[in-house]
Amino acid sequence: MNGTKWFWIMCSAVFMVVCGFAVMSEAQEAGNAAPSVSEIVDNANRIAYYQGKDGRASVLMTITDSQGRTRTREFTILRRDELPPGMAEGAEVGDEYCGDQKFYVYFNRPADVSKMVFMVWKHVDKDDDRWLYLPALDLVKRIAATDERTSFVGSEFFYEDVSGRNPQEDDHELVETTDNYYVLKNTPKDPSLVEFAHYKMWIHRTSFVTVKVEYYDKNGQKYREYDAQEVNTIQEFPTVTKSRMKDLRTDGQTVIEYSNVQYNIGLPDDIFTERYLRRPPVQYLR
Amino acid sequence: MRFLRSMCAVAAAIGLAAGGVLAQEEPALPPGLEDASPAPEEPALPPGLGGDDEKEEPALPEGLGEEPAQPAEPEEPAKTPSLELPFDLTGFWESRVGARTQRDHYQRDLSIGETRLQLEIQKHWTAAIFNLTADLLYDPVLDERDIRLEEGQGWLDLREANLSFTPASFVDVKVGRQILTWGTGDLIFINDMFPKDWNSFFIGRDEEYLKAPSDALKTSLYSEPANLDIVYTPRFDADRYIDGERLSYWNAMLGRRAGRDAPVRADKPDDWFDDDEVAWRLFKTVRGYELAAYGYYGYWKSPGGTDPISSQAIFPELSGYGASARGTVGNGIGNVEVGYYHSKDDTGGTDPFVRNSEFRFLAGYEQELARDFTGACQYYLELMMDYGDYRRTLPAGMNAADEDRHVLTVRLTKLLMSQNLTMSLFTYYSPSDKDAYLRPNVHYKIDDHWSAEIGGNVFVGDDDHTFFGQFEKNNNVYIGARYGF
Repeated sequence: MNGTKWFWIMCSAVFMVVCGFAVMSEAQEAGNAAPSVSEIVDNANRIAYYQGKDGRASVLMTITDSQGRTRTREFTILRRDELPPGMAEGAEVGDEYCGDQKFYVYFNRPADVSKMVFMVWKHVDKDDDRWLYLPALDLVKRIAATDERTSFVGSEFFYEDVSGRNPQEDDHELVETTDNYYVLKNTPKDPSLVEFAHYKMWIHRTSFVTVKVEYYDKNGQKYREYDAQEVNTIQEFPTVTKSRMKDLRTDGQTVIEYSNVQYNIGLPDDIFTERYLRRPPVQYLR
Repeated sequence: MRFLRSMCAVAAAIGLAAGGVLAQEEPALPPGLEDASPAPEEPALPPGLGGDDEKEEPALPEGLGEEPAQPAEPEEPAKTPSLELPFDLTGFWESRVGARTQRDHYQRDLSIGETRLQLEIQKHWTAAIFNLTADLLYDPVLDERDIRLEEGQGWLDLREANLSFTPASFVDVKVGRQILTWGTGDLIFINDMFPKDWNSFFIGRDEEYLKAPSDALKTSLYSEPANLDIVYTPRFDADRYIDGERLSYWNAMLGRRAGRDAPVRADKPDDWFDDDEVAWRLFKTVRGYELAAYGYYGYWKSPGGTDPISSQAIFPELSGYGASARGTVGNGIGNVEVGYYHSKDDTGGTDPFVRNSEFRFLAGYEQELARDFTGACQYYLELMMDYGDYRRTLPAGMNAADEDRHVLTVRLTKLLMSQNLTMSLFTYYSPSDKDAYLRPNVHYKIDDHWSAEIGGNVFVGDDDHTFFGQFEKNNNVYIGARYGF
């Protein structure tokens, strides 16, 4: 065979291989068709707040003010999804759940809040129910909970950042898809309820972990910023184990570190009742 | 032929490389790529999502963006170093000084001047929890130095010493000295018949000291239809009531305010298992609304009468029944509570030396008015039963109480400076007694250990004998500093 012939054979081979891969990746694209905006939002919400049927984490919060002074909060957080009857049986079904949840927060430090318990029954369609237990008085207090966008225990995080913002409260727009991220612009349906005009989210495309959030005021000025700083896969769930919220106006910031994270620990529903406010469920808090 | 094979291999290699590049659009990017050419505004991937630390990770399976699990347990964040004790030890050290804002002939000018070390020990076992909270204090205002645990006097105030355990899955038991609270009122108590320390409350100690401990056995039973608490106190625990030692009060016998010159001498029921108390609460939360029914069999917690012969204050028998509800109302929290106090030693209301039976009612509402600003108000009514008989048998010259005592309360709380500064004002106002009691307070958390506060207790009233008006000479301001550990 002469050289020209070999040249053509070689070109054909390359062409076939390239075409083959093109077809393969085409098929792959079809299989992983770009998700709709609402799918992205729902997935990100689920990954951030609904992984597993329940969970626990030890939390260390470090609040740093503009002058570099720090305050810390140490607490244990327990979470349980309020799965409707029947849904609780199948884990796969339960994984799609994005509804009501219960939270139990047991404070260890600092001394002035030690042994206090904060409990939330989070409702998607109405105001949450919140309780605070003050051990020195053996007092179960009910807390009026209308503004979700107030500081959680004096940190830069809001209640809503800790327990989740209902995606239905915003309009979502996919502004960009990069190699790594879906970039969403979220605009509140009722701007009077919130302090932001819009916020941008960078959602990791494969894991749906929200990696960054920027909040803008009505002058288009960015004033608040969230970063996921560390992600660990725990029991197959991608979990943000370190995150930071910065307030660009006050120059304060709060870093949250999660440790001893566990999912599907089988938390009974009655943990989230007055009984365990008064008598902490030690076995789940260690 | 050898050349053909090698060319195929080259082609395959090129194809694989091309395929690799194409496939990389789906899964997480390999390390370095996003660092090399990140979109300008795009955040870098954090460790764990294909960021820098991925280098140690095994190669990703093709077409799969999920990387294998990293070590499941992230490193424990550095904890505050703590003493290696076989139990949890927490507590605080505090100093507090307060002064009267006016002269009181029957009291010292200093309303409070104490330093206090609270040690709280908690020990967990699988089957039980032991709690011990002891306050060691030095207070030059009182002459008394002997320890009287029941009254909380002397250098030791034992606030808690109890053991809790769960003998069956549906039963909790707590036995020993404990602080007990139930009911829905905010600084107003109808069905909470556990002892209060009104002295601490009025001289500006921390609000936790309003509750005095009980020596009791508390059994809680939990079931689907409802839960039941039963508290048995084998020996009556009275309030730490205003007895003139610290705060002057209206002395009806003398017909004037009195203090250290005429402290209340009381005959308290104190026989073990004979002068006992039982309190119960049946409760359930229905769709976020907390419902409860209550009962009590014991004695008036503060003196509810006078022995006409010895002129000692007495604690007549009392039973109480009531109910409450609390839950979301509009944008806030609403609560309603009622109670009937059955004064068993004066059922007809004809004994002028024993309090009549009473009906009590409370309705409250709390709402967040603005960010970190909460307002709450309550309406409270004490209605005396058999009022005609009371008036008819009241000795001449004694000030008659009204049939209805109405009280309104308002609480305003504002948090400032990242919630480290709390400004609050709690006000009681009685239009029927024409008196009021104001509790302003400013509290600042200096850091994770230190806090400081300043506050006052202000009583105003048209008459000298009304509930709050009688304390007018006790108006005081106080400052305090605390180190918590």
